[in-house]
Amino acid sequence: MNIAGKKRVPICILSGLLFLLPILAAVICLGIGRYSLGIKDTIELLASHFTDRQADPKELSVLFQIRLPRILLAGAVGAGLSCAGTAFQGLFSNPLATPDTLGVASGASFGAVMMMLFNGSLLSIQIAALVFGLLSCYITYSISRKNGRSGIIMIVLAGMVISAVFEALVSLIKYVADQEDQLPVITYWLMGSMSRASYKNLKLGLPFIIGGIAIIFALRWRLNILSLNDDEASSLGVNIHMMRLLIIVAASMITASSVSMCGQVGWVGLLVPHIARMIGGNDNRFVVPLGISLGAFFMIIMDTFARSATAAEIPISILTAIIGAPVFIMLLRKTGGVWG
Amino acid sequence: MRFEVKGGSFGYQSEMILDDINFWVEDGEILSVLGPNGVGKTTLLKCMMGLLKWKKGTSMLDGTDISRIKPRELWQKIAYVPQARGAAFGYSALDMVTLGRSAHLGTFAQPGKEDYEAAEAAMEDMGIRHLRDKLCTKMSGGELQMVLIARALTISPSMLVLDEPESNLDFKNQLIILETIKALSEKRGISAVVNTHYPEHALKISNKALILNKNGSDLFGRAEEVINEKNMRNAFSVQVYIEDIHLDGKQYKSVVPLYLVS
Repeated sequence: MNIAGKKRVPICILSGLLFLLPILAAVICLGIGRYSLGIKDTIELLASHFTDRQADPKELSVLFQIRLPRILLAGAVGAGLSCAGTAFQGLFSNPLATPDTLGVASGASFGAVMMMLFNGSLLSIQIAALVFGLLSCYITYSISRKNGRSGIIMIVLAGMVISAVFEALVSLIKYVADQEDQLPVITYWLMGSMSRASYKNLKLGLPFIIGGIAIIFALRWRLNILSLNDDEASSLGVNIHMMRLLIIVAASMITASSVSMCGQVGWVGLLVPHIARMIGGNDNRFVVPLGISLGAFFMIIMDTFARSATAAEIPISILTAIIGAPVFIMLLRKTGGVWG
Repeated sequence: MRFEVKGGSFGYQSEMILDDINFWVEDGEILSVLGPNGVGKTTLLKCMMGLLKWKKGTSMLDGTDISRIKPRELWQKIAYVPQARGAAFGYSALDMVTLGRSAHLGTFAQPGKEDYEAAEAAMEDMGIRHLRDKLCTKMSGGELQMVLIARALTISPSMLVLDEPESNLDFKNQLIILETIKALSEKRGISAVVNTHYPEHALKISNKALILNKNGSDLFGRAEEVINEKNMRNAFSVQVYIEDIHLDGKQYKSVVPLYLVS
């Protein structure tokens, strides 16, 4: 039934572990980088924020101004995208659904890239990405509505179309962009990077991610019901149209917001939920929290690797695919995919 | 509880599939719905529960139009057992059965200890405790059907609506399912509306029968009266022979299809 049942680990210990995992990764990764710090130093520095102990201002600046926002962003994006992926896979009863199934990431990318073309500020890029991400979700949902209802297949097909349209628009912008300075920026941005993380960005973007995660987390058991067919789900007393809309909005908020802060980060939304299922079974009551924790953990590690493995930064999407794919294949071969 | 359909009609565009259907069931009664493939049996079930809207007519629960009853309240009284088909994700039997508690729980609530206990009790009643941790994707049709019935029982419904519960099952499993439905009606007074392809099964368990004909007409009445050779020939274009078998002091009915009639 679930990991807690099989291994007889009390739920509270398990949730504690899940909660601690990303935090532990964050503390260790805070110390890693060109200016490296030990775990003890890191904890002392973090604590100095609350105590009177004098700390080296240079170390403080590295830790609080550069690394902490970046790690917060990575953790939030990893947790959010895994959560959104789990939600969409359940909602569409399709193990291949990703946070971008409704074209939200393509829409958000278009918004951001368009602002870059007009040399907009970082904040305007973020806002445009958010607006276009949610807009594409809205268009997708309205196309799929017929007689006040929208079938899952219609939603997925509409999503594919909207995604294709926005991808074409992104290509158009790349085509007309200045080849000397704009095109490289756009291309690099599309590959995804946490390097623009700042508290100002986080303030605008994090509430959407946290709000989305909270909604999906609260509805995680209902996700099991939504993955049944429509009539079955309705007959269990669930208002499927309302519930579907809530989950779509929540997942889209997460996706649009994370694209707005760090560009497209591929794979996490597919990879992590499946890893969570292989560990904990299919019950979304466990898959959702497990995915949130593993997603944050995975992304914090990946981003640390991206910024510190080589002298130049490696785009995050390249890493998630190159490291994620073999791990996924290995797990797939080993478990045979327990969802099957 | 009395469930009644009055003048139910349904169709797509101009073509009517179901026309002026009338029937009712009361506590502990079993109604079998018979009719050839494609005549609209599943559509009838969906319409009567409000999953599809009647074009004309109404479904009434104790005299109240069900479209005026809050969905949550309605689905605490009516439990739908769909045809057993594979799901995309393999939930364990226990998790699947627990989903039945949904209509009793708040939107953001998670099932608690008592919900799992209700689920285990329902599985115990159905004699499928051993399936507790088995994944639904790995089950046989018969096992999955039993799980779906157990899920319906966790609702503590007044009425079960079953869509061809014994199709695709072997002899033994068919008997198990039929006897389970019969036992639920006799012991707990749960009424049932059952779609079936087998007149024999209808005769075995049901008090009432509704026969849907290709030409849109229908017949409703006591099972033994309505299921006769003439009506079967009209509905299925098959000449049947209905035979009484007396064995060990019990009476069984056998329906033998003889030949096609045009």
